[in-house]
Amino acid sequence: MRRSIQFRLNGEAVSAQVAPHETLVEVLQDAFGLFGARESCGQGLCGCCTVVVNGRAVSGCLYLASFAEGGEVSTIEAGSRLDAVQEAFIECGSLQCGFCTPGFILMTRQLLEEHPEPDDDTIRHYLSGNLCRCAAYPQIIEAVKLAARKMRQT
Amino acid sequence: MKRALSPAETPQVGRSLPRLESWLKVTGRAEYVHNLRLPGMLYGRIFRSSVAHGRIRRLDVSAAQAVGGVHRVVSAADLKGIVPDPYYGPAFHDQPVLAVDKVRYVGEPVAVVLAADPHVAEEAAHLIVAEYEELPAVYDELEAMTSKAIVHDALKPAGTFPDLKHLKGRTGTNVALDFHLRRGDAAQALAAADRVFEHRFRTQQVMHTPLEPLVSVAESTDSSLTIHTASQSPSFVRIEVARLLGWPENRIRVRVPFLGGGFGAKLYIKLEALVAVLSLLTRRAVKISLTMEEQFFTITKHASSFRIKSGVTRDGRICARECEVWWNGGAYADIGPRVTQKSGFTAAGPYDIEHVAIDSYALYTNLPPAGALRGFGIPQLVWAYECHTDMMARELGIDPIEFRRRNLLRDGRPQATGTLMRDAAIEKVLDRLAVLLEWNRPFDRGTGVVRRGRGIAIGFKACVSPTTSLAAVNVNGDGSCIVYCSTVDMGQGSDTAMAQIAGEVLHLPAETVRVVHSDTDVTPYDMATLGSRSLFHMGNAVKLAAEDALKKLNQLKSELQMPPDAAIPEIFKKKYGMQAGNVVGTGSFIPSYAPPDYATGLTSDATPFWMVGGSGVEIEVDTETGRVRVARLVNVADVGTPINPKIVETQLSGAAIMQLGFTLFEKMLFDEHGQLRNASLAEYKIPGFLDMPEEIINEAVSAEQRSGPFGAKGVGETGTFGVSPAIANAIHDAVGVRLTVLPLNPESIFMELQKAK
Repeated sequence: MRRSIQFRLNGEAVSAQVAPHETLVEVLQDAFGLFGARESCGQGLCGCCTVVVNGRAVSGCLYLASFAEGGEVSTIEAGSRLDAVQEAFIECGSLQCGFCTPGFILMTRQLLEEHPEPDDDTIRHYLSGNLCRCAAYPQIIEAVKLAARKMRQT
Repeated sequence: MKRALSPAETPQVGRSLPRLESWLKVTGRAEYVHNLRLPGMLYGRIFRSSVAHGRIRRLDVSAAQAVGGVHRVVSAADLKGIVPDPYYGPAFHDQPVLAVDKVRYVGEPVAVVLAADPHVAEEAAHLIVAEYEELPAVYDELEAMTSKAIVHDALKPAGTFPDLKHLKGRTGTNVALDFHLRRGDAAQALAAADRVFEHRFRTQQVMHTPLEPLVSVAESTDSSLTIHTASQSPSFVRIEVARLLGWPENRIRVRVPFLGGGFGAKLYIKLEALVAVLSLLTRRAVKISLTMEEQFFTITKHASSFRIKSGVTRDGRICARECEVWWNGGAYADIGPRVTQKSGFTAAGPYDIEHVAIDSYALYTNLPPAGALRGFGIPQLVWAYECHTDMMARELGIDPIEFRRRNLLRDGRPQATGTLMRDAAIEKVLDRLAVLLEWNRPFDRGTGVVRRGRGIAIGFKACVSPTTSLAAVNVNGDGSCIVYCSTVDMGQGSDTAMAQIAGEVLHLPAETVRVVHSDTDVTPYDMATLGSRSLFHMGNAVKLAAEDALKKLNQLKSELQMPPDAAIPEIFKKKYGMQAGNVVGTGSFIPSYAPPDYATGLTSDATPFWMVGGSGVEIEVDTETGRVRVARLVNVADVGTPINPKIVETQLSGAAIMQLGFTLFEKMLFDEHGQLRNASLAEYKIPGFLDMPEEIINEAVSAEQRSGPFGAKGVGETGTFGVSPAIANAIHDAVGVRLTVLPLNPESIFMELQKAK
């Protein structure tokens, strides 16, 4: 049932034995010990499981691992230094329990690639697929704007 | 990175320091039980009841057991050898580890499939067959008062609570606790009042929805048990599991890393007893991770009904109030009886009323259990008494803020219990709300189909009492500091606050203080992380422990004849001849308390501190759709003197937005068989970005809790108090219809608008 797939994970060539029903989040957690993408609602509605595949954010709890074959997978664990978005989340106090935070950060990066100077309305709509039960939403808006400023300065 | 250990030049208390664990959380490295895998671990999948009330006639697990990869299927019968009396709970020992003979709600755990592959366990659980003899069920808290359907054959209060003793063995009732308060003579005063108002209100059942669903892991040897669990109350878990097993506490270790949200869902015992017995039964590590759906069948917030009646004098003074509150506790008491009493005694609101009668009832029904959810019953009470207050003010033609001001409970005056109010800035909160809302300026009331309105509400809470916190502060040979405490950081920022308190005492930058997470083998006892109690209780304990460490260091200095300004590493070097040793300070804190008189509910010392919170809103109502848009949400609170102003602000804001969901749309929908119809985030919506008010303002008034650590007190729940009634009051202000049942969704507003036409 299991078969070997190859893909690039956070810049490194890797392979994994996956069953057809296994999701990307399961494989990241069980085969690679990466826990930044995590299943919460299990329906692709909360964004806690966000993973970037071939440059686009996907719901890792629904995305079958097999589909990552030959692709480029990137998670919150990529990189050894904080980027402008992560710094802004810290400075604006945009996290509480932290469970949803990686998903918000990955989506914010994608948002700022498409909209380098987003207004509040753009931010709200772009991030509406990510939920934060601690409701750090006002601070997340601040962080997105701060990150945008930081990125323009560098 | 080498951190500076030099004495802090700036005060640590009052700094808006980012949370200490920020790096861990923005890089996905924070430790949650969700992440934990142990060698040889089995995953448990729960098989749940499909009927609301019934006797289990047959349970056939043979097909599940036959699935390849299934290690074992376990039901109550298998537990007898390990737990002779498998019932647990903080107030009543009424909840079975797995259903015994009977089920009492749809979704109750009946059996567990264990397999090394969670998908195998899930598939096998679908193959279990149960047959039930269905019994009459009751779902409504008012019907439960007189229903012939009785959820528990006999009541089983835990022995630890004196005020529950009279309920032991009581049969033929669904009342799990009745609390009564009598101050003066409300009936007579109502009869003599110039005006009398009576209203009824209801709140709906909702769920905490932490994004890390409940999860516990247990591992065991012949003589020890370790439970890794997403719990807000590790000390209680240890006590209760030890009681169930008949073991001494030192054979059980409970570890808690970060929590992915709690809000009261992860209190007392949830999955811990189950994974413990499963591990002892199989001698394997066992993990149970609930799905989001399963959380709805585990713990919820009480639905409630409230009848409130007030007498008012000609000059707008409330002279008498009667309150009857019924709490829908679901099938197991959990902490419901405590909600009924400890919140019940504030049901008359933050007003100075001479004659008060309160009756508060905890009811069993055949619904998923209800417990504490960010406010411990207070939001349900404020919802009723602040709508009632506004309705009276408008009837009397008095401005709602002026009417409240005339009746406010001021410092030094007795609350309904007789306890004198101290350090409760109720008037300041009301005043700041009026200022921030620009209450006295002309207000745009909208035109056409969109009408605008505004409303306010204030509430208060007595922190639960008496509860205990212990802490230890360890100063190492190099002068660095470690705090040991069992407060659980579930997102509220307690690690950071405790580091700031210890740092303040020891003159260390809070960033350099390390806070060890709950581990009952290591960290001392703490009642639980609940009810906004930790900053006050554990904060006081940490402060005492740090002061004790400082005292011991100073003693060492004088013993060693060192100058007062000697650096800490030098003290240790002189004492031990090298960088060695440490000094451990300890602190324990329990506030004073006087239990209420059983007959009258009166006491001179009900609580160590009062929390005060108010909200004001400006809203728009679309009269064609019934949709409410919150344009402005203002939250004002008395939190004492904030230890970390930024974290305080985010706590107020987060609590208020969470309450916005409970106000406008969240509702668990049950069919006539007690089956929940919307147990997923697809059908049960929680607030997202598009539900945010246009503008949110949060403010902590200048205040001091003199008995708190550096003047501080708790804040986690305060932001929830006023939101729901403020919005209902604003809806009435906008379109003239009065809603008395939560949530205030477009459908119910539209229906009321149609009725009013």
